[in-house]
Amino acid sequence: MSYEGSTTWRKHDGRARALRYLAIVVAIAITALSWRALDIQYTFVVDAPRNLGDLLLRMYPPNLAYGAEILPPLVETINIAILGTGLAILISLPIAYIGAENTTPNAVTYALGKFLIVGTRSVNVIIWALFFVVIFGTGALSGVLAVAFRSIGFVSKLIAEGIEEIDAGQVEAIRAMGGSPLDVVVYGIVPQIKPAFVGVATYRWDINVREATVIGFVGAGGIGVYLDTAINFFQWSNVLTILIAILGIVIISEVVSAYLRKKVS
Amino acid sequence: MLTITDLEKVYPTGDKALQGVSMEVDGNEVVSIIGPSGAGKSTLIKCVNRLTEPTSGSIVLDGEELTTLSKKELRKTRRDMGMIFQEFNLIERLTVMENVLSGRLGYMSSWNAFRRNFDDEDVQNAYEILDRVGVGGMENKRVDELSGGQRQRVGIARAILQRPKILLVDEPTSALDPETSFEVMEMLTEIAREEDIPVLINIHEVELALDYTDRIVGLTDGQVVFNGTPAELDESARDTIYRSGKSRAETGTEDQSQSQSQSSSSEITDASKEKSF
Amino acid sequence: MGSADPERTGGYPSSWERPTVFYSKNVKYLVYGAIGLFVLWSAWELRPSPARLIGGADAAASLLTTMFPPDFTPEARGRIWDGMIESIAMSIVATAIGVLISIPIAVMAAENLVPRPVYYVGRSLVSISRSLHELVLAIVAVVAVGLGPLAGVIALVIATPGFFAKLMAEELEDIDEGQADAIRALGGSPVQVLLYGVAPQVIPRMIGLIIYRWDINIRASTIVGIVGAGGIGVTLLNSFDRYEYDFSLAIILAIIAVVMFGEILSAVARRRVQ
Repeated sequence: MSYEGSTTWRKHDGRARALRYLAIVVAIAITALSWRALDIQYTFVVDAPRNLGDLLLRMYPPNLAYGAEILPPLVETINIAILGTGLAILISLPIAYIGAENTTPNAVTYALGKFLIVGTRSVNVIIWALFFVVIFGTGALSGVLAVAFRSIGFVSKLIAEGIEEIDAGQVEAIRAMGGSPLDVVVYGIVPQIKPAFVGVATYRWDINVREATVIGFVGAGGIGVYLDTAINFFQWSNVLTILIAILGIVIISEVVSAYLRKKVS
Repeated sequence: MLTITDLEKVYPTGDKALQGVSMEVDGNEVVSIIGPSGAGKSTLIKCVNRLTEPTSGSIVLDGEELTTLSKKELRKTRRDMGMIFQEFNLIERLTVMENVLSGRLGYMSSWNAFRRNFDDEDVQNAYEILDRVGVGGMENKRVDELSGGQRQRVGIARAILQRPKILLVDEPTSALDPETSFEVMEMLTEIAREEDIPVLINIHEVELALDYTDRIVGLTDGQVVFNGTPAELDESARDTIYRSGKSRAETGTEDQSQSQSQSSSSEITDASKEKSF
Repeated sequence: MGSADPERTGGYPSSWERPTVFYSKNVKYLVYGAIGLFVLWSAWELRPSPARLIGGADAAASLLTTMFPPDFTPEARGRIWDGMIESIAMSIVATAIGVLISIPIAVMAAENLVPRPVYYVGRSLVSISRSLHELVLAIVAVVAVGLGPLAGVIALVIATPGFFAKLMAEELEDIDEGQADAIRALGGSPVQVLLYGVAPQVIPRMIGLIIYRWDINIRASTIVGIVGAGGIGVTLLNSFDRYEYDFSLAIILAIIAVVMFGEILSAVARRRVQ
């Protein structure tokens, strides 16, 4: 910033200031346009808080007796997350291998790896669930597959990054001692990517518990099925019970995942 | 006994790292390779156990030609060559004991290696060697908790546990401070003597080569320009080894004697001119 | 490795056990065994009946054959366009409102700026918002306000603090306290401290987070329709219900395109801001 020739202090010079205002005006205009495009009647908006409040009042108090009934689907939700994450890791290992710059055999496999990573990540879990329910019918199997396919991109990307950070010297040392290719993997590579690997697995599992709560809306198993049913039958206190239960397992899995990640680092 | 004849290495980039190197390592002598950076010292060492594939020439260890070995034979022969690295190349996240015992990998089935199922005798020897290199009692520590000097000691222990016929040592001290460097060199040569095995060591600091090795080979631009005892390495021999303007320019940060830098200063400018073209 | 002097005892131990994060080797195997059994058991529970598998193969075949080629006829394009515009509009409106709601929550959840009780309330709000998936919020919102984009906007607004307020609070906790203290020393009120001592330090990061959250809201806005909360998701669910899988594929490709476009746009914009 130059001080010469300036008698008044200004926070920013003129151009930057004008741009800043322009950006704010444009942002507000776009938001207003978006609002118009949604074509929502104002009376609905005005009523919305009251409607939400009414719903909560109808839900309260939660049905504690129902709590025991939803234990099996809650366990199923967690299982879907575990198996989905496990399956995702199995599928991700080869994809990570070809998606990592230092292990991929050639440019074509690298591109394929990157494509699979980006492609699977862009499709939401619920869309995968729609597909698998068509193929395998309703139930947790479709849920596991949906969660697994949804996770492939995330898991392979992070494992590929872990592989790219490998110190080649440690691999070289094992080779220099006459280690077999398997020894190279077991001693040279696995210890190096283990923390990244465990971190990714537990982190993704944590995310997947959350994802597994919703795939039931399209019939792919887990607590979502029960939430959908309770809503369709207007069993409001059961709805609240389920919401609280979901909150509980999500928070618990978050704590567990954070603990595990801390332990392996 | 190690005999290297007419060894050449041309990298895919066209760099001629080694241009007909011939030398021998006999009995239990400690031979050091000195020379400016980029002279091919590391390449030479790594060609011996074929971490780098030589382009042509021959390397014979105890009557066995190394350059033509199949992959399987090579793995078997690599057990006879203990290697110590500049950056230690230990498995950072494993324990000291696992690292030392990994020296036995070439002798074990992969299944046993996977289960960390080591021979009783190897474990006993590992404890003994750890004591000898001065890191006894640290076997359960993870390597990433150790200091540089301690790491290199573990690296030496690992190489010794291989029961090799020769030690290949690549710049063992350049990641260490001067004091630790002397300690490590002292111990390395002492253990080699006790084990009665020869050492081929490539080293940056000429002082260390003079103090700890029986014979010095000077390498410049991929060629052997000196081969003699430390006593024979006089001022003119040093000049021969380090005179190449090109290499001097590349090693401008190196701490050499003043007379050298003066005598070669004109060549440095020549070299930098060459590079800019 | 006992404390006994090896020289004197004449030998070193001939066995070594790798230290483990568990208490002993047996506990380790027990834990691994339990995990293995658990996974096997859950997998067994999931097994589909052979009839289902055979039926599944048929379903998969017919799904794949009807899916290709995707239906990009002008009529289909028109429906995709309408749904997509609604989704994008939802994401923008929801981001705007969500951020406005998140800012006070972020201040409440910043340990260094508010008293303890307020901090706990802030953290709880963030946790609740974070824990509930957008679709759970959407399905509840649909019950409360009926089908349509308003429910979607409400769901996304409620989901925003879980991300935005959380990261914003972390930014606020990282500020240079000295600058805030300076304003306090001048006798500034708490609001003045926030405006002059805190805000200037976090605004660039905040704009980055707004753009990032918008990117996330675009993704969510394309799927909340599956529970009836407006946007392209409604179109997608209808296409599945009517077995128009070629149209479904077209919609999914359009969603992927928009999501990726949003991601690129957000990445570029964030880089320019910071």
